[in-house]
Amino acid sequence: MDKITLGAVNTEPGSSLNYKTGSWRTMKPVLTPENCIFCNMCWEFCPDSAIEPADPKSKKPIRIDYDYCKGCGICVEECLANKNANLPNALEMVPEEK
Amino acid sequence: MASDELFVSGHRGCAGCGMATAVRMVLQEAGPNTIVANATGCLEVMTTGYPETAWKIPWIHAAFENAAAVASGVDVALKKLGKREGVNVLAFAGDGGTFDIGFQALSGMLERGHNITYVVFDNEAYMNTGIQRCSSTPPYASTTTSPAGRVIPGKQGKKKPISKIVAAHDIAYTATATIAHPKDLKTKIKKALESEGPSFVQIFSPCPTGWRFPSELSVKLSKMAVDTGIFVLWELEGGNFDNIRITYKPKERKPVEEYFKLQGRFRHLLKMPEKIAEIQREVDEKCAEFGF
Repeated sequence: MDKITLGAVNTEPGSSLNYKTGSWRTMKPVLTPENCIFCNMCWEFCPDSAIEPADPKSKKPIRIDYDYCKGCGICVEECLANKNANLPNALEMVPEEK
Repeated sequence: MASDELFVSGHRGCAGCGMATAVRMVLQEAGPNTIVANATGCLEVMTTGYPETAWKIPWIHAAFENAAAVASGVDVALKKLGKREGVNVLAFAGDGGTFDIGFQALSGMLERGHNITYVVFDNEAYMNTGIQRCSSTPPYASTTTSPAGRVIPGKQGKKKPISKIVAAHDIAYTATATIAHPKDLKTKIKKALESEGPSFVQIFSPCPTGWRFPSELSVKLSKMAVDTGIFVLWELEGGNFDNIRITYKPKERKPVEEYFKLQGRFRHLLKMPEKIAEIQREVDEKCAEFGF
């Protein structure tokens, strides 16, 4: 949109996707795909809609969208595999490489 | 992102924003046939930096004080156009736009009996403008206008019991929820949307920036608020408080200090055991009132 529309009406729903917030990160969550238990807690709690959910049926693990992930770490904190002492961790926070 | 996400990435909410998660959960339940009237506040500012928007549903921003009035207009206009059937009309506002500035419009909407679900994202201060105290700020929280120091130990006065005040209007449905209890939250949103007439849901929305806690703890803090009894999960149909239903009772309540310890806004309290004891007493009394 070049011109300001009447009433500042925005005709492009979801256009914030044009703005990549991934550059905000100082830490990043990293997935070990084989350890994902498809619980989708990371997807449920992500404030940035930056997780593509897992599919338990086809055993497809979650995917993190680094274009938008701000590195808050909620996914790592709430991951059920991480919370279960008998399972290997699926997500961990590592410093962002610059 | 899931393909049917209605609140998309790229918004400018702080990392770890509890409210952003709450909005996603509400819209997952409400679905695409939804219109939102949004008061001024963090949510409006962070999602609609012109010319962009993070919303994939019709969304209107009006002013700080009138989300409920604008939603009322939408409700009536849709009726007049014969398009009201199957559409959810929601009003979204923060605690500032609900407890303080939008209170009159909210009360008016409830009294007129519009078929609207009003959701307040309660982060307990004016975060958007720089963490000023409001009537939702809990006792002794340090904010930029109630700074803990030699003169006062944080905010003076209590937190306004907004949901009780709203329920006292004898509306269809009132509930409280947190992001740490997603099933409970979504069930309550569903009930609110299905109610005939006004409904109200208060969602506890931890703010890493304003409360000064690490961004990964938004969900944990929501859980802690419920487990200490500081925030009680309940629902009520109508205005008779005898019918209030507690939807989640912690098996054993944690001491409030556990909750305070995690947040910079309460750090000064850790050296003031008498203030912590005072809050603990008040929480115990409130929980006893709720029957647990």
